[in-house]
Amino acid sequence: MIEQLIFYVFALVLLFAATMVITVRNPVHAALFLVLAFFNSAVLWVMAGAEFLGIVLVLVYVGAVMVLFLFVVMMLDLNLGSLREGFMRHFYIGVPIAVLMAVQMLLVVGSGLFAPETLPEARMPIPEDAGNTHMLGSVLYTVYVYPFELAAVILLVAIIAAIMLTLRRREGTRHQDPGKQVRVRKADRLRVVNIPSASRKSEQE
Amino acid sequence: MIELSDYLVLGAILFALGMAGIFLNRKNAIVLLMSIELILLAVNFNFIGFSTFMGDLAGQVFVFFILTVAAAESAIGLAIMVVLFRNRGTINVGDLDSMKG
Repeated sequence: MIEQLIFYVFALVLLFAATMVITVRNPVHAALFLVLAFFNSAVLWVMAGAEFLGIVLVLVYVGAVMVLFLFVVMMLDLNLGSLREGFMRHFYIGVPIAVLMAVQMLLVVGSGLFAPETLPEARMPIPEDAGNTHMLGSVLYTVYVYPFELAAVILLVAIIAAIMLTLRRREGTRHQDPGKQVRVRKADRLRVVNIPSASRKSEQE
Repeated sequence: MIELSDYLVLGAILFALGMAGIFLNRKNAIVLLMSIELILLAVNFNFIGFSTFMGDLAGQVFVFFILTVAAAESAIGLAIMVVLFRNRGTINVGDLDSMKG
């Protein structure tokens, strides 16, 4: 009973935060409401038994991705007026479509098609005696090792793409070119000049 | 007791909200990215719900991969936003019509 109450409270706050994300005027406020939404989702995931993913959601999303969002939103000088134009016009198209989709999905969920007794047998049953992180790790590095490595490659590609997109070479800045430094030969820079030594005669006299 | 349908209904409403966000904020590319995050969160709710009520671990592994891909997507999306703003001085989607699409 108390569990259900907590679930509904966090779910309502989550839905309120999601509504504010899509309707507030200021993108900074939208990003902060998205933080609230992710935090409530993390609590709901922990309640569902996915403790590791709940903590990952807080660390990765609230900690990293949302900071990235806020950083970009604050770095760009946004013209709020022009970004909001057409809001009411799209309101009358978007909201009915969203309500229609929600009603359709709720009909499917309410039809009893997904009643717990009709679900198929678990292929990878959750062991009772291990913690969530332990069993997730034991599966991730054995059964799902190839998808895991693919995910790592995706992250690498994302790093390279983000850096290459935002890298800007400005003219006139001083920087080293290690390739040129290594390629250089003695003959390119060093010139041996044969200077006749001055005679000491004048000093001796 | 929390039912499976609670998670599915929550996911459905969250998905619809994200969808509505894409329609409402047609001009603002940053809020569009945030709406995509909401939609991915809704999908994750379905995976977590089924994983818990079927007693199957595979759903949680998939949520892990979805989180990875979503993080990569938002990083590249925000990098594109920065380049766009540097070149055009705006992130208004309505102004990006140089390809006459």
